[in-house]
Order: sequence, then structure tokens, then C-alpha cells
Amino acid sequence: MKKQRWLIPIVLLTVALMGVACGNDDSPTVGGDTTDNTSDAPSFAAGSTMAAIQAKGKIVVGSKFDQPGLGQKNPLTNQVEGFDVEIAKLIAVGIFGGDASDLGNKIEFIETPTPVRETVIEQGTVDIVVATYTINDARKQRIDFAGPYYLAGQDIMVKKDNTAITGVESLVSGVTVCSVRNSTPAGRIKERAPEATLIEYDTYSQCKDDLLNGNVDAVSTDNSILLGFVAANPNDLKIVGKKFSDEPYGIGLKRGDDAFRTFINDRLEEIYGNGDWKQAFESTLGKLGVPTPATPPAVDRYTSAGPAPAPTTTAAGATTTTAAPATTTTTG
Amino acid sequence: MNIVLDNFDAYLAGMIDTIVLTLVSFALAFVVGTIVAGFRVSPVPPLRAVGTAYVTIVRNTPLAVSMVLFWFGLLPALGISLSRFWAGIIVLTTYTASFVAEAVRAGINSVAVGQAEAGRSLGLTFPATLGQIILPQAMRTVVQPLGSIFIALIKNSALVTIISLPNLTKTGEAIGTATVQFFPALLGAGVAYLLLTLPSGAAVGWIERKVAFRR
Repeated sequence: MKKQRWLIPIVLLTVALMGVACGNDDSPTVGGDTTDNTSDAPSFAAGSTMAAIQAKGKIVVGSKFDQPGLGQKNPLTNQVEGFDVEIAKLIAVGIFGGDASDLGNKIEFIETPTPVRETVIEQGTVDIVVATYTINDARKQRIDFAGPYYLAGQDIMVKKDNTAITGVESLVSGVTVCSVRNSTPAGRIKERAPEATLIEYDTYSQCKDDLLNGNVDAVSTDNSILLGFVAANPNDLKIVGKKFSDEPYGIGLKRGDDAFRTFINDRLEEIYGNGDWKQAFESTLGKLGVPTPATPPAVDRYTSAGPAPAPTTTAAGATTTTAAPATTTTTG
Repeated sequence: MNIVLDNFDAYLAGMIDTIVLTLVSFALAFVVGTIVAGFRVSPVPPLRAVGTAYVTIVRNTPLAVSMVLFWFGLLPALGISLSRFWAGIIVLTTYTASFVAEAVRAGINSVAVGQAEAGRSLGLTFPATLGQIILPQAMRTVVQPLGSIFIALIKNSALVTIISLPNLTKTGEAIGTATVQFFPALLGAGVAYLLLTLPSGAAVGWIERKVAFRR
């Protein structure tokens, strides 16, 4: 009798292991599903970037990790969430098939802050960058853009009781405006309101804190980001509500990879048509109170400046890149 | 290096900002650090405790963290309104002072104990012994460590970018943004830092020779 007692834990352990094994039985079915999906995944011309990504088994996406509603790392789940992230997933679905919710390790997100976005594309660290990436001609000298998939616009956020600031023209000498360091909105403030004092921080939440503390008079960036903050502080903050720029968010990819760019543009039009785009918007920015645009923006199939110059690693080489002919023409 | 030459004025302005930040905060840190070192070797236990606590807390907190905590946390919590410049100076000063204090204390410990005993036997008070006998000898031995702290401060001052205070690194980043050429723009800033740090190193060697005892 006594001798048999040691059997009890073993039996229990065995049962437990069986339970775990049963649990595991479920995941292979999920995996099985995805394998099935790969079989119905579209096939691409050999040598294309899409085929290369398919062969590699995953797409690497550069995104922001600190933009509420667009690309923000959730500290609880360790997952990146937001509209940019959903768009990236929908593009990945176009390559691998299946469903945006069960891509699993077929998509990897890497944090790409503003200063490194062109570099990571040129060096091939990422396949695409979906990171509140405003399409502009200076950037087209180094990379190409698919999209736009969203038209943001720069606006101004002030304290609720502020009546002095009514638009970009109120940002005059003596007014302090906060934006994120080296971002497009910060650059636009320098351009459109050169008299105002520009304060630049690492994150927009620091700008928001300084606005609430009274250290700055206004925060200016894309309305989609500001709306998120106002939704969280409706009693203290408001948006002026006068957009003074258009920020077409595009998807960055290697310059000259026209087949890949066309593929992404086609895929964007596909998700515009089947409702996925709208659903992605409503589940992210929409939740923060940003109204869903009536129609998605038209994709811009411009003529690329051609393949990027040979990658250079030396300082001298990086400078000569600027000498590349600026033949970018924007159409549509 | 066209980007650097085209923006020469901006780099120059950034260098001046960095020089001002470094000189003001080092001057203050030298005074504060020496006082803290005095506290740490003082015969009064409460003063020793204060000095030790200061060095332990400030020296072991990352400068970037202190910068954020001070500007976004402490100042608003206390309701103090301070210019960005002085906020940056205060953080750089307190941080650097903790290193100065330890260097000076090492210098004080290097002075033979008989010197202090001689001072005391002549009837000098502790502050007088420290100020007139110990420190003049101690400072000579810590010129090099203080020089290293100074050079570190030149580079540490870049962290005032966190509170949006102009300096050489911020200039380099801004030029990188405007031109979409981060590498050459930051390389330019790096070279500009060398233009500050290399002469500083040479100056420290010169000062050390100047103040050395003739042996």
C-alpha cells in the first residue's frame, strides 16, 4: 500500500501531460489551417520581391511603436497595435493568403523611428515601412512609396480654455509649439510659423504633458494623433480644427522595385473594395474617435526615379547619393 | 561633406550652445562637487551622510532619466516655472558634481594624513585645514580625472536634447532631417565634438604640467 503511494504523483503528472498534449493538439490544427492557406496563397513571378518574401516565410515591417491608434506597442501584450499595423497585416495577407488575425510569425514588426526609416529600407533590414510615413519628394530620392492609404492633416491642439490660437496663423512670435523631434510636422511648423518657438520632444505624450503643465501653448501634428489625446483628456484639451497640410501616409519600399510597388497598390485597392480597409480603420483610429473617411484616398502610381544607386556605406558615398538625378515626377 | 559645409553656421551655433552648457555646468559642478567632497570627509556624521546619499543617488541615476524626471516630473509637481536652459544646467550640474565629488575625495585621500594633523596641531579648524592645506594639494593630483569628467560633460550635454534645448547633437539631427541625410549630418556633429574634446584634452595636460609640484 505504502509503496504504491509514489504512483499517485506520476499518474497525476501523466494525466496533466496528456492534458497538455491535448491542448497542443489544437494548435497544430491552427498551424494546419495556415499551411492550407499557403497552398491557396497567390503565386508570384520568380525573382519578384513578393516571391522572395514568400520563400523567406515572413515579411518584416518597420513601424512606429509610440503612436496611439497608428502603431503603438501594447506593454501588456507586447504586440504592436494600430491602423498602420493592420494595413501591414492586410498586405502580408496578400502575400501569404489566410487571414489578418492568424498571420502569427509570418509578420514581424521592427520599431523604425523617423530618422532611420529610409536607411532600414535601403539596407534591406525591413521589407516595407508602414509608420505614419508622409509621402514627399525628398524621401522619394531614396525610397519609393506605395499608397497613400490614409490622408492625415496637420492640426493644432491647445488647452480647452485657449481662445487665442485659432489656426497656424496664430502661431506667432512668443508662442511655443511642441512637436516630435525631426518629424514632418515639426519641419512644417518651422516653415509655416517660423516666428513661433518650436519645442521638440521624443514623443507626443511628452508634448501633451508639457501642454497640460503650461510649458507650451500648443501641440501640432497630424490630427489623427491629436484626436487620440483629446479623446483621453476631453475636459482639458481641444483641437483647433483647421487642417493646414495634407499628410498622405504611404508605404515605404526599396526605390525602383516597381513590381512590388504595383502589387502593394493593387492590394490596397483590393482592401478598399472589400471593406477590410474600413474595418481596420474602425478597429483602431475609429476607436479613438477619429471619424472614418467617406472614401479611402486614391493610390498614387507615380513614375519612380528608378533603381536606387548602389548601396554605399562610406560617408563619401552617402553624400554622392544626393548627386543622383532628381527625375521624380508625381502623377495622379 | 557638402551638407556640413552648407550648414556651417548652424553647426557653429550648435557648438557655441554646447560650449556654453558645458562651461556653465562644469563651473557650477566644480563648486558643488568640491563642497560635497568636503561633506564626505567631514568629521560631522550628518554631513557625511548627506554627501554619501547625494553621490549614491545622483551618480547612479542615468542622466537621460534625471533629465525627463526633472523637467516632466519634479518641476511640475513642485509648481516651479524654470527656463529650459536653467533646467538643463541644473541637471547637468548635479549629475557632474557627483563625479567631481568622488574625484576630489580621492585627491583628498591621496594627501598624507600628516598634513591634516599638522594643520590641526597649528590650531586650524577643519574647514580651514581642508581649504588651505589639503585641497590645494589634492586638486593637483585630480586634474586628469577632472579633465575626463569635463570631456564626458561635453558629450553628456547632448542629452539636453530631451528637453528641447539647442546643442550640437540636436543641430546635427535637425540638419539630418532637413536634408534626409542623417549619416553625413551626424558625422559632421561628431567631427565638431572632436574639435571641442581634443583641445580640451590637450588643455588638461597643459594645466596638469602647470600646477604640478616641482619634484
